[in-house]
Amino acid sequence: MMILKDYTFITVALGCLALGGISGVIGSFAVLRKQSLLGDGVSHSALPGVVAAFLLTGIKNTAVLLAGALFSGLLAALLISFAVKKTKIRFDAALATVMSSFFGLGTVLLTCAQKLPDATQAGLSAFIYGQASAMLKSDIILIFGCSAFLLLGVILFWKEFKVFSFDKEFAVQSGYSEKTLSLILSLMTVITVILGIQTVGVVLMSAMLIAPAAAARQWSDRLGIMVILAAIFGGASGVLGAYASAMGEGLPTGPAIVVASGVMVVISVLFAPKRGAVSRIMKQKMNRLRLTVTFDGGNNDIKGKGGRQ
Amino acid sequence: MSASLEIQLIAAFTAAGCAIPGVFLLLRKMSMVSDSITHTILLGIVLAFFAVNDLSSPFLLIGAAIMGPITVWLTELLSKTKAVSEDAATGIVFPLLFSVAVILITKYAGTAHLDTDSVLLGELAFAPFDRMVLLGYDLGAKGLYISGGLLVINIVFTSVFYKELQVVSFDPVLAAVMGFSPAVVHYSLMTAASLTAVGAFEAVGSVLVTAFMIAPAASAYLLTENLKKMIFIAVGIGLASGILGYHTAVLYDVSIAGCMACWTGVFFAGAVLWNLLRKKKKSMIKQ
Repeated sequence: MMILKDYTFITVALGCLALGGISGVIGSFAVLRKQSLLGDGVSHSALPGVVAAFLLTGIKNTAVLLAGALFSGLLAALLISFAVKKTKIRFDAALATVMSSFFGLGTVLLTCAQKLPDATQAGLSAFIYGQASAMLKSDIILIFGCSAFLLLGVILFWKEFKVFSFDKEFAVQSGYSEKTLSLILSLMTVITVILGIQTVGVVLMSAMLIAPAAAARQWSDRLGIMVILAAIFGGASGVLGAYASAMGEGLPTGPAIVVASGVMVVISVLFAPKRGAVSRIMKQKMNRLRLTVTFDGGNNDIKGKGGRQ
Repeated sequence: MSASLEIQLIAAFTAAGCAIPGVFLLLRKMSMVSDSITHTILLGIVLAFFAVNDLSSPFLLIGAAIMGPITVWLTELLSKTKAVSEDAATGIVFPLLFSVAVILITKYAGTAHLDTDSVLLGELAFAPFDRMVLLGYDLGAKGLYISGGLLVINIVFTSVFYKELQVVSFDPVLAAVMGFSPAVVHYSLMTAASLTAVGAFEAVGSVLVTAFMIAPAASAYLLTENLKKMIFIAVGIGLASGILGYHTAVLYDVSIAGCMACWTGVFFAGAVLWNLLRKKKKSMIKQ
């Protein structure tokens, strides 16, 4: 239990808690709008921005690098939506094309950075895999600040987001601008992804967005409950991942978080009431039983039992 | 054969070989499957490594190749429960398998020379050092045989199953009526894509395999409506990206695979622009 008082552990755990929580909230909307993979695309596309920011400024300040990441992530998102709107290309193909070419540009720039004489570029590749254990107090403040800002946005636009996520046409008819809402939601997704890439890396950030939301979706049909549950699942997997990596020597935090949230998805898909696979199979069996009993006929007692539901 | 020519040939063969299954993945709305397969390959390699404990064993590649269809199957299993949509299922399954692979590597393969870096970001510049030696004769770079073999396998696969692939891609119902099993064609295609990704990742790294599979296909999709033409254009873009990428990389002394991926992006941007200009022309003629 010593570990619970360890300063580094508390820092990392707090960061992962906030990050998991906010990813769950923002991810809920991405999952409902079937834009889950946008996060994957944005996180890969952020790499050239990170490295370019370093090459241009020469400083390895988190805020500067993340600003670069934000710029290239947004640029990629805009290019994708431009290609989808203006040509017959589909979202998935545009996404795969743009994100992989951006990532290619990132590796090109990374080889440029590696040629610089001073060794300060070391750690840039941490953005590919993430490095939660290197989290500083300033990073935590950044994560908490941005999370609070995003949360405020969700609360302010709650009604709009709700209508927009479930019934786009109704939302447009009610006078909401589809363009603006979609832009705000995409912007929030991009900010969340950028916040997380330093911790879990570009490859795994998409899972942070999707898994808690997908797990939460199984337990409730109400948006409010789903979002709160997603935040809890996300936060819990963040802390679990941080704890596992602090306990197990050399266990990387990012993958540990993803495995924790993956387990939550499996449990939810199997055992959630109503939507869960087990409960549905049980219901099917019950129905079949009820049918055979009813057709076997005669006995009022059993028939009554079945008919009641 | 000089080293530079060898690298160019490997680059061009790899990119062209990836473009062929990419066309069918794109048409079947499975572009992001390439991204997911290329990540989970790592788990296949790791598991096979634990089984045989030898890094040079061909079982590693077999393990990697099997992992592709397994990934697709798991994703379909999850989305078939109707619990999550298809895109969310993709976004859950592959990061999970990839995470398991990373954890296994860092926990248990610490001493072996098996790192995520070499799988995720390959290095083409070193390819000529790995020679194919038979009975004491140097027969050229190993990568040349792998990438060439890859291209040949894909060409043979597509020409033999062309009709089946075509019907299944455009009209799965008709395919079922005609007696092709869409599932068999589907999983053969997944195996081909997985094999291609396995052959390609050593040279270009698994993340960029997606660029070579989907970007040329997406560009070709915008330039033609004929399937045969689309395949040829995609292969052409793949070859061109390989060679242009090599020369750009040499010019600026940067990552070859990265430059190749950038070129595929440039070709796609060109295709989008061409598409827009053509649309404008058409609307002007109409007026």
